Amino acid sequence: MTLAIEAVTVRYGETTAVDQVTLTVATGEVLALVGPSGCGKSTLLRTIAGLVQPVSGQIVWQGRDITQVPTHQRGIGLMFQDHALFTHRSVADNIAFGLKMAGASTSRQHERTHELLEMVGLAGFGGRSVEGLSGGEAQRVALARALAPEPELLLLDEPLASLDRARRIELNAELARLLHELRQTSVYVTHDQDEAFSVADQVGVMHGGRLLRSGSPAEVWRDPQSELVARFVGHEAIIERDGQRFAVRPDAVALVPPGDRPADGSYAGTVTACAFQGDRYGLLIEVDGQQWRVFSADPSVVGSQVKLTLRPDMLSPLIG
Amino acid sequence: MKTFRSALLAVVPAMFVAVFFVYPVATLLARGLGLDAGRLLEVITGSRFLKIIWFTTWQAALSTLLAGLFALPLTWALANRQFAGRRLARVLVTVPFVLPTVVVAGAFIALMDRFNLDEGAVRLRHTVWAILLAHAFFNVAVFARSVGGFWSQLDRRPEEAARTLGASPWRAFVEVTLPRLRPSLIAAVSVVFLFSFTSFAVILLLGGPRRSSIETEIYRYAVTRSDISTAAALSIVQMVAVVSLVVTNGWLQRRAVGRQGLVADRAVPAQTARQRGVLATTLTGTAVVLGLPLAVLVERSLASGGGYSFANYRALGERVRLLPISAADALVNSLAFAVVAAGIALVIGGMASLAIVHGTRSVSRLLDLGMLLPLGTSAVTLGFGVLISLDRGVLDLRGSWWIVPITQSLLAIPFVVRGVVPVLRAIDPGMREVAATLGASPGRVRREIDLRIGARALATGVGFAFAISLGEFGATSFVGRRSDLLTVPLAIQRLLATPGDLLRGQAMALSVILMVVTALVVFLSDRLHPTSGGML
Repeated sequence: MTLAIEAVTVRYGETTAVDQVTLTVATGEVLALVGPSGCGKSTLLRTIAGLVQPVSGQIVWQGRDITQVPTHQRGIGLMFQDHALFTHRSVADNIAFGLKMAGASTSRQHERTHELLEMVGLAGFGGRSVEGLSGGEAQRVALARALAPEPELLLLDEPLASLDRARRIELNAELARLLHELRQTSVYVTHDQDEAFSVADQVGVMHGGRLLRSGSPAEVWRDPQSELVARFVGHEAIIERDGQRFAVRPDAVALVPPGDRPADGSYAGTVTACAFQGDRYGLLIEVDGQQWRVFSADPSVVGSQVKLTLRPDMLSPLIG
Repeated sequence: MKTFRSALLAVVPAMFVAVFFVYPVATLLARGLGLDAGRLLEVITGSRFLKIIWFTTWQAALSTLLAGLFALPLTWALANRQFAGRRLARVLVTVPFVLPTVVVAGAFIALMDRFNLDEGAVRLRHTVWAILLAHAFFNVAVFARSVGGFWSQLDRRPEEAARTLGASPWRAFVEVTLPRLRPSLIAAVSVVFLFSFTSFAVILLLGGPRRSSIETEIYRYAVTRSDISTAAALSIVQMVAVVSLVVTNGWLQRRAVGRQGLVADRAVPAQTARQRGVLATTLTGTAVVLGLPLAVLVERSLASGGGYSFANYRALGERVRLLPISAADALVNSLAFAVVAAGIALVIGGMASLAIVHGTRSVSRLLDLGMLLPLGTSAVTLGFGVLISLDRGVLDLRGSWWIVPITQSLLAIPFVVRGVVPVLRAIDPGMREVAATLGASPGRVRREIDLRIGARALATGVGFAFAISLGEFGATSFVGRRSDLLTVPLAIQRLLATPGDLLRGQAMALSVILMVVTALVVFLSDRLHPTSGGML
């Protein structure tokens, strides 16, 4: 185990931003912290970086309590939402900053900067001013700057939030590939569930300062355990059977083909949306005032009446 | 008709500035340059004058450094820490800055009287330290407000990125924060240096008979010795110095790094006991440094005989040997001048603002520059110019009542224009277009849209004009020399300049009155300004 967050609580005045959070991250693993804005995920990240002090709990790094170690001695890389590049320095000077702080020789700084520019696909950009860069380029510089001193732990705070959708998807895939190739232990904060699922080995869903659920993306998706997490991963519909509440996952729902006799306990609904998603159709079906998400091989007419059956073994029981 | 009215908006302010500013300053230049070259060179390169120029420069540099050092802890705290009373602290730190210079000098004299710094173990009287400390006291607000304001908007994440990359707090400050603060630092340093370089009342009153800056020397030659030619030559030196300062500042500003990631407010509350301690020490320390001279001024104004009373205030109604009229009459004079100067600033500044916003490009730029010109000139130069130029024919205003408020209004008009123009420019043009489609003539649009929206900013400017006129000393000491026109600042100067006089208490009382009225007017006017937080 590389990083252990143990019962960390952070307060800003009267408000509790992070409430008794415990999490561990293994070497080479990417942990994604997700949740709506204000849920405490960024504060937790800043606590790991040492930019914020917890009122209780510990941050343990390779068996050593580093809660009191100042930021600059933690050997951490941090990448921000809107880059936070040093606007008064060139691209190369930005990237070399951490090496300079570590007292690396000028030739080593040059060599490593060059290497990183290649790695993030910006070879030849070294002499440019950071002011003229596009959003995607600035993001790559920020990543290179964070990676240059070879941090043992990389922290990413909404690294793609300032980019447009197409750029975000592209860079997200690249980032995921790079982090896994480098076996870079990372904590990745995002409010975007898709982004988190595509990059993370482990996901932690936060709400109101508390960690509601953690596990692999598949585990969290299949078994969200609480209504808030279920809704956050996209399972909007909640049903109750025999006093137990369940989240309705899209893969637990099947459309009854027209003409077939519906089985007992089937549901009737109205198609409210039908979107083509490449290999299948994503349907939204209104059932008892709730929107069910359903995958289907065939399109449906919006407004048509359909019958649905549920696979009980694939429903996600909710606790509490 | 339409174009005639538009033209009038530009022509009247332009004429006003041409007659009462450009012509006097040009006359002064001509008088100085009219000396035969040998005499001019003799004046400028004479060892006595070189010494004065050198003193003016190094005292300004040291004053700036000292102000920056005094301001540093508070600047940091205002930018980085959220605390109860932060807004109040921002307002309070501005108090010394808006005070008339004679009041600041009075406060330091009060301080020296109270703690016997005249000849005790620590001798401050008539030393350069008294000057430097007064300048620093006066200018702490410039650093705290302008650098602190800019700093509080600087995204803290680049520094945090530097910290995660291994920079210690100090290293992150030097490598990342300081370069990003550069534009605001350059601006603040330039302003403080300029104020200290052209400082007049403080040096005249605290420097004693042997300390001379260019300003006080111009005054001595022009008024005491009536040697107009030498004074004019010195004025040229002064103008050249001021213009080069302004130009250098502009050049440095353009070179400074531009765009920065800005946030609404970077300040966070103090988290640990240590952080709270540092904050408390900073605030208390600054409050003592800035509050002490003013508190002592009030205390001295109340001290009479062995105890405290309002005797000094009551005595203000009586005629005293040192003053041609009673202090109370001087107060009446000052208030009347201030009302008229504010009125002139309202009309001229308001017209100029409209013309700048609506005029053609060239008119707009020319007028914009013209209206700001008086800011780049020392008050002494302006007063001296008016004194020696407006002495003929219809313009023979020497010794007239009107010349005092007119001269004072020139120093206030830039503040009106500076406050109003940005507000007018921010008006959505769609509003004017809609008004026009609804049948409003251009003049009507200006009245219904521009003047309505600009009214609060205009009121702020007029309030500032009132306060500037009330405390004006440099120019008034030239143009307000008729004995029955004595103003409060001039009266304070006369009372303070006489050493060890029993009337010291009256000077303190008069200073306190001027301080209270000025501070009230400035802060009430500032509250009117439409931009959040006012102009200050």
